Amino acid sequence: MTAAAGANGENMTSMSMTQPRPGRSRDPVLTVHAIGKRFGAVRALTDVDFWVNEGEVVALIGDNGAGKSTLVKLLSGVYSPDSGVIEYDGEPVEIGSPADAQELGIATVFQDLALCDNLDVVANLWLGRELRTGRTLDEVEMEQQTWTLLRELSAKIPSVRIPVASLSGGQRQTVAIARSLIGDPRIVILDEPTAALGVAQTAEVLGLIERLRERGHGVVLVSHSMADVMAVADRAVVLRLGRNNGVYNIADVTSETLIAAITGAVDNAVARRASDRPTPEPSDAKIIRMRDLNSRRGRDLRGGTP
Amino acid sequence: MTTGKELAPPLAPESQERLFSAEGMRAAAVSLLARIRGGDLGSLPVIVGLVVIWAVFQALNPVFLSSTNLVNLTMQSAAIGTIALGIVVVLLVGEIDLSVGSVSGLASAILAVTFVQLQWNIVLALVAAIAAGALVGLLYGFLYTRFGLPSFVITLAGLLGFLGLQLWILGDTGSIGLPFDSWIVEFAQQWYLPAWASYIVAGLTAAAYAWILLRRARQRSAANLVSQSYLGIGIRSGFLMAFLMVAAWYLNLSRGVGVMFLFFLALVVVVNFALTRTRWGRAVYAVGGSVDASRRAGIRVDRIYISVFMLCSTLAAVGGVLAAARLASANQSSGTGDVNLNAIAAAVIGGASLFGGRGTAFAALLGIFVIQSISSGLTLLNLDSSVIFMITGIVLVLAVTVDSLSRRKRAAAGRA
Repeated sequence: MTAAAGANGENMTSMSMTQPRPGRSRDPVLTVHAIGKRFGAVRALTDVDFWVNEGEVVALIGDNGAGKSTLVKLLSGVYSPDSGVIEYDGEPVEIGSPADAQELGIATVFQDLALCDNLDVVANLWLGRELRTGRTLDEVEMEQQTWTLLRELSAKIPSVRIPVASLSGGQRQTVAIARSLIGDPRIVILDEPTAALGVAQTAEVLGLIERLRERGHGVVLVSHSMADVMAVADRAVVLRLGRNNGVYNIADVTSETLIAAITGAVDNAVARRASDRPTPEPSDAKIIRMRDLNSRRGRDLRGGTP
Repeated sequence: MTTGKELAPPLAPESQERLFSAEGMRAAAVSLLARIRGGDLGSLPVIVGLVVIWAVFQALNPVFLSSTNLVNLTMQSAAIGTIALGIVVVLLVGEIDLSVGSVSGLASAILAVTFVQLQWNIVLALVAAIAAGALVGLLYGFLYTRFGLPSFVITLAGLLGFLGLQLWILGDTGSIGLPFDSWIVEFAQQWYLPAWASYIVAGLTAAAYAWILLRRARQRSAANLVSQSYLGIGIRSGFLMAFLMVAAWYLNLSRGVGVMFLFFLALVVVVNFALTRTRWGRAVYAVGGSVDASRRAGIRVDRIYISVFMLCSTLAAVGGVLAAARLASANQSSGTGDVNLNAIAAAVIGGASLFGGRGTAFAALLGIFVIQSISSGLTLLNLDSSVIFMITGIVLVLAVTVDSLSRRKRAAAGRA
């Protein structure tokens, strides 16, 4: 898989619209401190910490009702948090609407993909952001850039001029992911991208996720499939009942460990202890500490807090 | 799955885009056949239907395809065709406007009252009549986007309400005649292109079509994309040229090409351009495909709805003005009766899907030809209007059946 990915990386070369940024690699782009969200009496998220680096695939995993979707919606501007801080490039930001998120460079591909079945691939990709010459659509430029983008992603789409209704599930997912890249985002959030796909199509989408990482995007992968997480993720953030329940380096763990964390069989004592304490204000020092933790195994974000 | 075969081989990127390209005429024919078999019929059923209808009526009454009758047919098509054009746009976003007949009647009443009774300038009277249509659409759009009422109900209320307004504006007079020497009446009744001008228009249209195709082909080949061959462009524009020339020649055997009909054709072309070549048009199709996806793509869906309702009502008002000018009068029955239903039926018969997101501006043109041909043919056979209504009803059901069947087939073949 890596060999193939490397070859693709070489193919990218000059035609890339969105070159990976070599200068800023591996810095946290998006950081979330002690974020909370409640819906009436239900506390969907409590003091959750989360961060994404450039060129990194972070799996966000947890059981149903763990708060994954709520966190994704907070990041993509669908909901606003009740407490906590979201930092983008180290600056605190407010993400009040999906448009805000897109402007910052956070693109989200929701599970339902939100494609228009009657429009062709090019039209879907550029929907709402069409290129124009004068007042009319610049179909040629849009089609050319679509091909460039799809080639970079090594996507197998038979034609960009057929309605997306004629595409398979994996191809539709590919189109939706390619569309999220149009605004050149730094973070791409994928909500259950493989949930409805067969084996071959899942492999296709996983390959796509690896190429997003090569391009330097930070990828947040929400998934129920441990196989997918083990295959492509660099790091897994486990949520349980709306709280952090551990951060794991995928290279060092087995899927059993992850499942144990998800189900609560491994109740992360550190996380529990940390959440009982009052929330400290986020600080630069804290961010550094979290980055240090990045490479360690099986530790909660707050594990190092004195 | 029809696409299965094309997907399998892992191709070099350069050859990928040529996968579906039609190289040469034979390949073009093959891909057309495949599309039809997959249920993507386009305008084919309407054109076939029109040919059948014309053949049947010609067999029953040789006057039907005479030049005189066809000239009448074109002139009868213009007013309701304009209304049907608005319906096509509303259907594209998956909504409906049932009140176009009443709105057209309202516009003709406003034109007659302001122009004849109040002695306004004709241009001012026309602007007032058409602006009234735009206002009606604005009201519909507001009610739809603000309160979420179904367009069916809003426009049903509009059908009643604006019929009432039309009667109120006409007052006790009931019927107001427009002066025959005003240019709007002459435009609708007596202005025909001289023979030489009709050939020039036909030639220029074909030349413009060829030029657009040629420019697109050049841009695409410069961008290294699949482009149409010069031969293909030549054949297409040659066919168009021949068709337009023959049509113009045949109509010129009688009175010729009516200016009002030309105006309708121009409207169709303009709306087609707006739908296919602008961001607004792309948004209209997107909203018809999926409102949710459009909203998330950043399209201001409410504005699209409002603009579409306004365009439909405005075109209905224009149609009402044309109808009044052609009759040289506005009366209490203007826009009532079959106007509404014929306009909606024309749009659907022409191929605008009731499910939204499918159809082109040319659906209005083809559909109104079908409707008017039936009406004209049956009138020539001295058949009662009762029969005309029944047969039009049957054709409408047939058209919607074709739409529904091809939709099912598309779903089975995996096309939108």
